[in-house]
Amino acid sequence: MSLSAMWGLAQTALELGLTCSLTVLALFLSYSMLNVCDLSTDGCFTLGATVGAVVAIAGHPWLSIPAAMGAGVLSGFVTAVLQTRMGIDSLLAGIIVNTGLYSVNIAVMGGSSLLNMNKTVTVFTGLKSLLADTPLAGTQDLIVPFIAVILVIVFLALFLRTRLGLAIRATGNNPDMVRSSSINPIFTTTVGLCVANAFTGLSGCLLAQSQKSVNIDIGSGMVTIALASLLIGQTFFGKGSIAKRAAGVVFGSIIFRLVYTIALRFNMPAFMLKLVSSVIVIVAIAGPYFKTQLPLLRRRLAGSGKEGR
Amino acid sequence: MLTLKNISKTFNPGTVNEKTALTGLDLHLDKGDFVTVIGANGAGKSTLFNAIAGSFLPDTGSIILDGQDVTFQPEFKRAKAIGRLFQDPMRGSAPGMTIEENLALAAGGGGWLSHVSKAEKAAFRDRLALLDMGLEDRMRQPVGLLSGGQRQALTLLMATMVPPKLLLLDEHTAALDPGTAEKVLALTESIVREGGLTCLMITHNMSSALELGNRTLMMDAGRILLDLKGPRREGLTVDDLLRMFKENVGKALDNDRMLLS
Repeated sequence: MSLSAMWGLAQTALELGLTCSLTVLALFLSYSMLNVCDLSTDGCFTLGATVGAVVAIAGHPWLSIPAAMGAGVLSGFVTAVLQTRMGIDSLLAGIIVNTGLYSVNIAVMGGSSLLNMNKTVTVFTGLKSLLADTPLAGTQDLIVPFIAVILVIVFLALFLRTRLGLAIRATGNNPDMVRSSSINPIFTTTVGLCVANAFTGLSGCLLAQSQKSVNIDIGSGMVTIALASLLIGQTFFGKGSIAKRAAGVVFGSIIFRLVYTIALRFNMPAFMLKLVSSVIVIVAIAGPYFKTQLPLLRRRLAGSGKEGR
Repeated sequence: MLTLKNISKTFNPGTVNEKTALTGLDLHLDKGDFVTVIGANGAGKSTLFNAIAGSFLPDTGSIILDGQDVTFQPEFKRAKAIGRLFQDPMRGSAPGMTIEENLALAAGGGGWLSHVSKAEKAAFRDRLALLDMGLEDRMRQPVGLLSGGQRQALTLLMATMVPPKLLLLDEHTAALDPGTAEKVLALTESIVREGGLTCLMITHNMSSALELGNRTLMMDAGRILLDLKGPRREGLTVDDLLRMFKENVGKALDNDRMLLS
């Protein structure tokens, strides 16, 4: 395999990793900070993709980004209202919204389950013509998600240190404390989910535009893939400042895509992606658990041998 | 300062698990009162605190805090005026956040999107130094690393950061070792005295119930049996208190028997 082919693969992994890391950053906020496992992520990702695509096709490539993020906010708001004001369990709220979004997404695409953007001016093609005569020509697929990721990390690092950000983190970290404090957990949960889903929508929008097409399955399994990336990132950069941890989960997302790309090179069929991500999530969550059980198991084995019990 | 009028609460009404926790309870606290509350388990002490803090809506009656009827106010709104400590030291602070961040949350103030200023951090440092536990040099460490006693002391500091109108202490030293408990109790006393706070403190320690504060309530079966203050409270010993408890519980039982027969 030539060096340029390898670089090509690495670049694809980097592009995909960066684009999807926006969803990982969304889960960093909702799952790691707010301690809510937001299962509406798949649907919200697709919603961002469809809304972004429709707006871009309508001739507003730059407007597609705020539109996709706004759609994400709306989706997150519904999920939050279901779990904070209607007594629906938070996992179930996510599943319900996710199911409902399937219909919404097809409706957004005008009743079709596939939209083509081959001739559409998107954020990527827009930047491509801007960069045409510069040394960065042709790197738009990398630059767009890179800028988005940097902006989101900077935003998170600043936001999570504000009083609202601290209140959101406390809501996830010690709900008992928040319940008897002057923080309204309904408010913090709602804001947290709205912001997180804005990033998920953005992620979907950028992926669809870089692939120049969107189909109804674009987001399926995204929550597991993002969780896998999040957990990989946290094993490397689980401690330290918010900015460092956020950068860590982006790193996790890129590592995930690199490993996946390498696996593809060894003739792993592409449809294995989702099984691989499931296994990674299982290992990442179950691993530390078994580690805590290990001393017990060891003593039991040793004890049963020596004392003949 | 705080007035409770005819507060009643029955949990799970109409089921086999029906439990009457408070029955027509009346209470008035003056500003600056430091009241200790004693009573057996299940007497309704914590339920009384929950009612005041707004964890549930009482079945009957009203609660007036500082001239304002707060009966229907949600818990988080009342929490602006009420500081609260629980028996469990883990309950009052966020373990994954640093000492500084926890204090910043407690301090409130500023807009939602404001950051903690340098001046505030310096103020936190000074407050922490009062604890004499070396925490002022560990402000960037997560609270989860602190011991139970340190966490409870920190929680006390957080609850009184913005002087609350009312401080509710629910056996806040019961889970600590005797030495640490004494320290936290001394700290409580000095904070309450210096801030001139109005305070209700549940305790199972009869002697500290008499030593601390200016008034002692004895609860049983969801009502206040004894309200000791002023000359009646002075010179009272633990034995006196136990005797009074037995006499009054007996009397209450007799009253019930009379009502039922």
